[in-house]
Amino acid sequence: MVRFFAIRIFRALLTIVLVVTFAFVVLRLSGDPALMIMGPEAPPEVIAAFRKAWGLDDPIWMQYVDYFGAIAKGELGRSMRDGRPAIALVLERIPATLMLTLPALVFKVGIGIPGGIYAALHRGSAIDRVVMITAVAGFTVPGFVLALVLVLVFAVQLGWLPSGGQESWRHAILPVATLGLGGAAVLARFTRSAMLEVLGQPYIRTASAKGVPWRMVVTSHALPNAAIPTVTILGFMVGTLIAGAVVVESVFAWPGVGRLLVVAVANRDLAVVQCILLLVAMTMVSSNLIVDFLYGFLDPRLRAKGAQA
Amino acid sequence: MTDATLKDIAAGRRLALPKIPVSVAIAASWIIAMLLLAIFAEKITPYGFTQLDLRNRLAAPGNAAHWLGTDELGRDVLSRLLVSIRISLLIAFGATAISTVVGTLLGFLAAHFRGIVEQFVLMLADFQASMPFLILALAVLAFFGNSLTLLVGLMGLFGWERYARIARGLAISANAQGYAAAVRQLGATPSRVYLRHILPNIASTLIVSTTLVFPEVILLESGLSFLGLGVQPPMTSLGNMVGYGREYLTRAPWIMLAPAATIVVTTLSVSVIGDWLRDRLDPTLQ
Amino acid sequence: MSALVRVSTVSRTYTMRAGLFGRTVDVHAVDGVSLSIPKGETLGLVGESGSGKSTTGRIVLGLEPPDRGEVRFDGAPIAKLATPQWRMQRARMQMIFQDPLGALDRRLPVAAQIREPLDIHGIGTPAEREARVRELLRSVELTEQHGIRYPGALSGGQRQRVVLARALATWPDFLVCDEPVSALDVSIQAQVVNLLTDLQAQLSLTMLFISHDLRVVRQISNFVAVMYLGRIVEYGSADDLFARPEHPYTQALVSASPAPGRRSAGRVVLSGDPPNPAARPAGCAFHPRCPRAIARCRNEVPQLASIAGDRQVACHLVGGSQVHSRDAA
Repeated sequence: MVRFFAIRIFRALLTIVLVVTFAFVVLRLSGDPALMIMGPEAPPEVIAAFRKAWGLDDPIWMQYVDYFGAIAKGELGRSMRDGRPAIALVLERIPATLMLTLPALVFKVGIGIPGGIYAALHRGSAIDRVVMITAVAGFTVPGFVLALVLVLVFAVQLGWLPSGGQESWRHAILPVATLGLGGAAVLARFTRSAMLEVLGQPYIRTASAKGVPWRMVVTSHALPNAAIPTVTILGFMVGTLIAGAVVVESVFAWPGVGRLLVVAVANRDLAVVQCILLLVAMTMVSSNLIVDFLYGFLDPRLRAKGAQA
Repeated sequence: MTDATLKDIAAGRRLALPKIPVSVAIAASWIIAMLLLAIFAEKITPYGFTQLDLRNRLAAPGNAAHWLGTDELGRDVLSRLLVSIRISLLIAFGATAISTVVGTLLGFLAAHFRGIVEQFVLMLADFQASMPFLILALAVLAFFGNSLTLLVGLMGLFGWERYARIARGLAISANAQGYAAAVRQLGATPSRVYLRHILPNIASTLIVSTTLVFPEVILLESGLSFLGLGVQPPMTSLGNMVGYGREYLTRAPWIMLAPAATIVVTTLSVSVIGDWLRDRLDPTLQ
Repeated sequence: MSALVRVSTVSRTYTMRAGLFGRTVDVHAVDGVSLSIPKGETLGLVGESGSGKSTTGRIVLGLEPPDRGEVRFDGAPIAKLATPQWRMQRARMQMIFQDPLGALDRRLPVAAQIREPLDIHGIGTPAEREARVRELLRSVELTEQHGIRYPGALSGGQRQRVVLARALATWPDFLVCDEPVSALDVSIQAQVVNLLTDLQAQLSLTMLFISHDLRVVRQISNFVAVMYLGRIVEYGSADDLFARPEHPYTQALVSASPAPGRRSAGRVVLSGDPPNPAARPAGCAFHPRCPRAIARCRNEVPQLASIAGDRQVACHLVGGSQVHSRDAA
């Protein structure tokens, strides 16, 4: 058990190191960071000062180590556009994003998981078919198309809801629906196949053959086992709370992290992009870690395997 | 398409190729049509895709001169759509080819050397699988700027980890089975063992995986282009058209609807074919 | 008589992980085995599963490096695994596998697979290679029609003939056959064994023939080595050894295998657990199952020693005064 958790924590740290390395490598490959960050018009003495301050004349491995040190201290650079610390810019956008992603997550879980379970238990029924068709649509219709169709119908044609902005809770309805519908479809499809797989297992047939009421078989045998794969995908969804709304925020002009990222990429505001990248990595890694720990409690077999590995 | 024509197609297909379901036949026909349109795009476009017709701006679809209407600068939507299909498919095919080759190669390297090489490949695969690819892609675009080559290369990094995992797993089991060991002890070099023997034996599984990754690449490219960070004007792609079309959502929804529908139907078709192939060739996958 | 293959005290130990926290157990698959096979002769290697006979075969072929000891082929040490020299050497030494279907690529016609060693070692022009494939198919009693088929469309015996043809493609000097017929029907076993015997005589091949089946080994071998838990317990010329087995284990094996011209009286039945290489008993590894074990067998490992002629036995009870203390022979 201790070994299992130790391996997972080690892997999580390794992922963080990889992301930082990725950012470092990409930053160095993309050209002279001094020119990139200060701009080509900067006077040579300013460039030289910058190089010195950032240790750009040191050997590359030393720069790499320093880079880690700077990140550990939270020094993530300043935005090129207004000179404010990148981290502050990003942090102040997080509440806006969470206003979309959290309700969307509730929607996905509230619709997707019961929908998937119901479809699996009534395989071949009309509801099952509706769930499956919606699930396929959820995968093949890109978020921006769904968003635009919703705008076209509910904002342009019917005029019920605003098409963009962040003035009131009504402005959040279409973005949340866009995020939620696609995610709910994916989650429903996943839950359904996890359930079907579990329901086909011999122990389920044994339990129902022994005369255990079907409701009991489902709640005490099938659901806990089907929960294991579902938790994985749920973990991924939690991990995308911060940056899962890039496209949707752009369509609805919602001032969240995703919109900030798109603008930063378009302006090549490297400090901000790097900051968001690291923040997303931290969120993903933490939620994966939580999922791994949940696994440990949900599945004793995995615990044993992890201990042996 | 009416029910009657659907049934006709279904009946015709059943006579010719009894095992192919209707949905797969339709999906395959769609993909073939898309490929033909992409290949002959330049020959069949009624207008140049950047050609302006300022007197006919935002013309509605259905008129004789512009079947699918025109956009805000009077450019022919049909011509732009055809060129966009060409660009989007080119990127998707190029990227899928790169990620298949890179992933399979890394998977083989992991299976061949085991030890540290294998751990390293698996670590990279875990890393890639645990990060949302859109964010990584945006970061790279921010650092490197944008070009068509970079875009194809970047999309080519998408999904490699799935091929790598599959190729590694299958190559390890092939190595443990007799045929690879037998050829190796004949004195064959590793490249011969992997390319001539193991690769053909695992190709069907890799092809199925390709059909699962391909639609995601189309969606990813169109997403980036929609955000204005993918294919850059004057070049056009499906996502690009939707992105610029959204400005005229209220006045000229057709600018955006035609490419949006093309994206949806194409990804749907590839998925349908992929699911069918998976059931036929490799029921063990996923 | 010059030896083509000479194996000197090779050992191979695998480390197995057992238990929750990775306690490791050493498995001595092969322990101090020495062998030599004269040119043109066949050595039979006999033992139960887990006796280390397959590992020995792989070490002899250089498919697996020994932890200790050395294998010399035609006077020179075998090249390091997977080096270009090692690959070159493969043309001269080949292997026949237990499972012919597993040893063939299901996605290539068998003629292409028979040709493959020639392609790999760059022997002959394309036309010469084609001719050689036809010749090989004939020599293993298959037709050209068989050549265009895939392994799945052939019978077990035909597949093993294909494997044999592929192994012989480069005119090798030395062949290791690891249970080559045990996966085949009994009726087909005899055909394949006869074919092997004929080819061996025709091509004056040197062979190491690994099997648990004494009948087959007796038919094909000039010399026989009996292995038990990684060690050779008895060695001798085939006729002599089968007629007068000295080691109690060999006696048990021989008496369990019916043979013409030998009285079936005095059958020795083994008791106790089958051998487990991960838990090797101290002293003589065979003592827990030996009907005649004495106190010394529990503590002291018997060494392989010559007793008469070329016969060698590793048993405290054999040699000196106890040579003829056996019940029946």
